[in-house]
Amino acid sequence: MKAPDAQWVYKWLLPCTILVGILIVWEVAGRIGLLNPLFFPVPSLIFKEFYLMVRDGEIQANLSITLLRIFAGFLIGAISGLVIGLWMGTSEKVRILLDPVISATYPIPKLAIFPLLMVIFGIGELSKIMAIAIGCFFIVVLNTMMGVRNINKVYFEVAKNYGASRSKVFSRVVIPASLPMIFNGIRIALGMSLIIVVGVEFLSANHGIGAMIWYSWQTFDIEKLYVGIFICAILGIIFTVILKLLEKRIIPWMGHMAHGNER
Amino acid sequence: MKLECRNLSKIFREGQRETQALTDISFSTSEGEFLCILGPSGCGKSTLLKIIAGLSDPTSGEVIYSGNGKTGPRNSMVFQEHSVFPWMNVIENVAFGLEMRGISKKERYASSLEFLKRVGLDQYAYRNPHELSVGMRQRIAIARAFVNNPEILLMDEPFGALDAQMRFILQTELLRIWKDTKKTVIFVTHDIDEAILLGDRVIVMTSVPGRIKADMQVGIDRPRSIQAESTQEFLDLRMTIWNLIRKEVESSITGDNESS
Repeated sequence: MKAPDAQWVYKWLLPCTILVGILIVWEVAGRIGLLNPLFFPVPSLIFKEFYLMVRDGEIQANLSITLLRIFAGFLIGAISGLVIGLWMGTSEKVRILLDPVISATYPIPKLAIFPLLMVIFGIGELSKIMAIAIGCFFIVVLNTMMGVRNINKVYFEVAKNYGASRSKVFSRVVIPASLPMIFNGIRIALGMSLIIVVGVEFLSANHGIGAMIWYSWQTFDIEKLYVGIFICAILGIIFTVILKLLEKRIIPWMGHMAHGNER
Repeated sequence: MKLECRNLSKIFREGQRETQALTDISFSTSEGEFLCILGPSGCGKSTLLKIIAGLSDPTSGEVIYSGNGKTGPRNSMVFQEHSVFPWMNVIENVAFGLEMRGISKKERYASSLEFLKRVGLDQYAYRNPHELSVGMRQRIAIARAFVNNPEILLMDEPFGALDAQMRFILQTELLRIWKDTKKTVIFVTHDIDEAILLGDRVIVMTSVPGRIKADMQVGIDRPRSIQAESTQEFLDLRMTIWNLIRKEVESSITGDNESS
């Protein structure tokens, strides 16, 4: 028999064991009365609730509406952020023009403007999607711009010396060289969209994971509340894993690039 | 093709501060010559090469290319390091100049692959640069320049980041390729041995602000190999150049710019 790979042990076996261990301790502590079931229901009860909610289609219905909001908002925000970020990164004029506006509006918490968005876009889907889009936009625009501006000068010198046209410089140098930072922005933006979607669903939604969590708090349906939190965690993990896989495929040279403008 | 530099000067302005990087540089190359420009670190020799390459403008003076060049671009540069694009595989990197000149994929890949064979990298053609060693990456940078078939090759300390053994292997390789192609080469370095080993002629520069201190022919027979470094001629030349350059190095260490 082959000895288990050390890396495999550290990467998968150990974390899983710890996770299962925590669940077992939690279950046992709950059963022997160490935990107040009003606040900390045992894991087996939560999983049972999860099963019942899947059977009744409650999770599917809420999850699909939440995912729809996330992706619509993310796409609008990320694409516009990407375009404007590349533009600001490559053109000093555009940067001088837009940088003050973006720097001034960036620190405003995106949930703080949600009431305003409801005034402008109504209390339907559009205001929720726009809140997510705005959150994603800022992160992607800033990361993309930094990505372009941090490209090592030598790459531009090579392109110029070898006769690259402006459009070739853009497609063969600017875009690929800023991809690592763009990806970084996309990763943070997806995390941000999860936060915002739950926030706006707390405030004004009848469906969605956020609304589900909020209703379970109001009806004191504590198991359902845990199921909601659990789903948010899983979503976060899935986003991260998908992005890591994409990153490996699209930028296999990540971390092997000359950085900065030191020359 | 001939290159002539006439009274080149370069002043860098940063706010109120002005730094004179180059002062009154004049020289010309002859057809097929291997010219080494030798100087202490920070003497402006890279700046000079960038002006010759057209990547930077001189504050005064001019660079004149003359001759019957028509096949390729005027010059192609081999940069110090990190100049190979990590997002392109080896052959895409080598073919970059040809791609920019609109040569068809089939044609540019064929000539790139042929050149990769000459530097022993053909089996790595479709690998990514980050999978290769620093020495191999500099070979890619050299191949990229030669494949572009320029009239004049400009090399900016291309072997500076390599260990001594790898540097020697690549120097020998460069001499072999140069002999086959008979291109004019301008090679910038701070390494005296490298300048003598490679060059037909060595221009020695002063420390900042860079001026030409000496311009000497290297008479050592070609083809040269590591044995050349132990000939009396080589040793004499090295001592002559070292005496010329020692004061410059000392002044660049102490930051005393007036002593030259």
